[in-house]
Amino acid sequence: MKKIRCALIGSGNIGTDLIYKIQRSEVLEPVWMVGIDPESEGLARAAAMGLKTTADGIDGLLPHVLEDGIQIAFDATSAYVHAENSRKLNELGVMMIDLTPAAIGPLCVPPVNLKQHAEKVEMNVNMISCAGQATIPIVSAVSQVQGVEYAEIIASLSSKSIGPGTRANLDEFTYTTSNAIEVVGGAKKGKALAIINPAEPPMIMRNTIYCLTEGEPDEEKITASVMAMIKEVQKYVPGYKLVNGPSFEGNKVAVFMEVEGLGDYLPKYAGNLDIMTAAATRTAEMFAEEILAGKIELNPVEVA
Amino acid sequence: MSHLKGRKIILHDMCLRDGMHAKREQISVEQMVKVATALDDAGMPYIQVTHGAGLGGNSLQHGFALASNEAYIEAVASRMKQAIVSVLLLPGLGTMKELKSAYSAGARSVHVATHCTEADTSPQHIAYARELGMDTTGFLMMSHLSDATSLAQEAKKMESYGANTVYITDSAGFMLPEDVTQRVTALRDVLKPETEIGFHGHHNMGLGISNSIAAVAAGASRIDGSVAGLGAGAGNTPLEVFIAVCERMGIETGVDLFKTMDIADEIIFPMMDHIVRVDKDSLTLGYAGVYSTFLLHAKRAAERFGVPARDILVELGRKKMIGGQEDMIQDTAMTMAKQRGLLKESF
Repeated sequence: MKKIRCALIGSGNIGTDLIYKIQRSEVLEPVWMVGIDPESEGLARAAAMGLKTTADGIDGLLPHVLEDGIQIAFDATSAYVHAENSRKLNELGVMMIDLTPAAIGPLCVPPVNLKQHAEKVEMNVNMISCAGQATIPIVSAVSQVQGVEYAEIIASLSSKSIGPGTRANLDEFTYTTSNAIEVVGGAKKGKALAIINPAEPPMIMRNTIYCLTEGEPDEEKITASVMAMIKEVQKYVPGYKLVNGPSFEGNKVAVFMEVEGLGDYLPKYAGNLDIMTAAATRTAEMFAEEILAGKIELNPVEVA
Repeated sequence: MSHLKGRKIILHDMCLRDGMHAKREQISVEQMVKVATALDDAGMPYIQVTHGAGLGGNSLQHGFALASNEAYIEAVASRMKQAIVSVLLLPGLGTMKELKSAYSAGARSVHVATHCTEADTSPQHIAYARELGMDTTGFLMMSHLSDATSLAQEAKKMESYGANTVYITDSAGFMLPEDVTQRVTALRDVLKPETEIGFHGHHNMGLGISNSIAAVAAGASRIDGSVAGLGAGAGNTPLEVFIAVCERMGIETGVDLFKTMDIADEIIFPMMDHIVRVDKDSLTLGYAGVYSTFLLHAKRAAERFGVPARDILVELGRKKMIGGQEDMIQDTAMTMAKQRGLLKESF
């Protein structure tokens, strides 16, 4: 069966984990891995797994895009270089899945709004943040039942799973996730909190979602909606589990989740990284299915 | 008089920040002004004023205060004759936007707080505070969980981002005086001579005063505490007591002892909703090494789910939960309640 050929930009933890997930896909094939450090472990591993590699950054990939039929790229570099990467690849008709906090394209949480983006043939979609992927489905599940005045999420992450980039730019994480709780989750106001816990053995990613509903919460409907949403997320992140709740107190709904990763390249406790790569893969698959079915066509984006 | 005679230290009062925890964030702007002007009059050089969890603290996780941080800071800062108003900022909760508006409201000093092993989540905030010209402290919370050498490395990172003071923060009130001595000594060994060292104690094991003295003896020059001990857990180092001890030892604080005693008895004590003291729950925090702020949350969860607060606190300690994970208190209480047959699965 024909598969859509993909490039991975960024040879760190996320990029490397993506190779495994994309290799398992029935509609995607990882072809190129782009890095900037010829000595990096990620590039060596990619080469060993049969990918073509370059250590010359995005410019090392560009001459091969057309001949190798690359149609989808994943950017796991940084917010600072993403815009440039995206522009260069969009010009060649490659659609971009952004795993950085750059968020120049529309925000995507697969079970909430992916279909919409695929139908519109967006050429750049952003995956928000790990906390966003883990919590926004629940906010959305509540806001589908009744209005959410305010939603607040707390993501507890194991220290070992947080790289230097996120650590040095924690504010971006906070802003991006808070905004997405409103834009994608449907809350009138959103707030995101992140806690980095160094416990050994490392703790599995935990997320708490609080929603303040407009009026008294409809306990039965909200519980059903949350349970249905969890099943949707489990389709691409099997370790997405409810630990406690939904619990109701006045108009406050509390849901306590845990995210265990698949343990592909990253350890199982790093559910935060796994949910990003899994959501990005799911997003790419949706686009790939539409392309393969002839429903959408990717076209070069003209430079303004 | 002791061997510390003539040592000068800088006191930092926490009633209006750590004390917010003990008041469930319900201190009014008027009360803050009353406390702060009295402290200013007594010569207290630094007064911290924010939500208990600091900038960005107003939340379901940490509770909503009666007023915004900016409203508190502005009301207090505009009335200070000599005291500097400081704020607390935990990266991951507070952001640089909030630091900027706190600065605009009159704050000129900040504790940038991270868990003791996670100093590298603070470079943006420390650098920005320095850029604003603020007195900038790196605040290593739950310091008892790190050994002296590792803690010193984290302190060094904060110094490299621009912190002019680094605090050893005994958030759980777990440390013994020798733990404090070791850690202050380790920091003093690696930090630049001009970088100050601070100690922030909690009185859960009744050691707030002796730990602070141990810190000074090992080279700390800044001490946090709160008049009448108004703070999380069994409270902070009670400053009026600490000042009295300092006077007997010849340590110079520049703060008026009798005025501070009066503030403790006449203003702070009557404000308390519960008597902030060592009781079985706050002692459990100190004994088990649990974040002091968890106390009232655990008591509330205990009431709601029927699991004793002490059991919840011990379990949180076992699960190595750290400051900021207040959501895990309800989660833990619910899980324990299910195990004890007190709560049904909801589905």
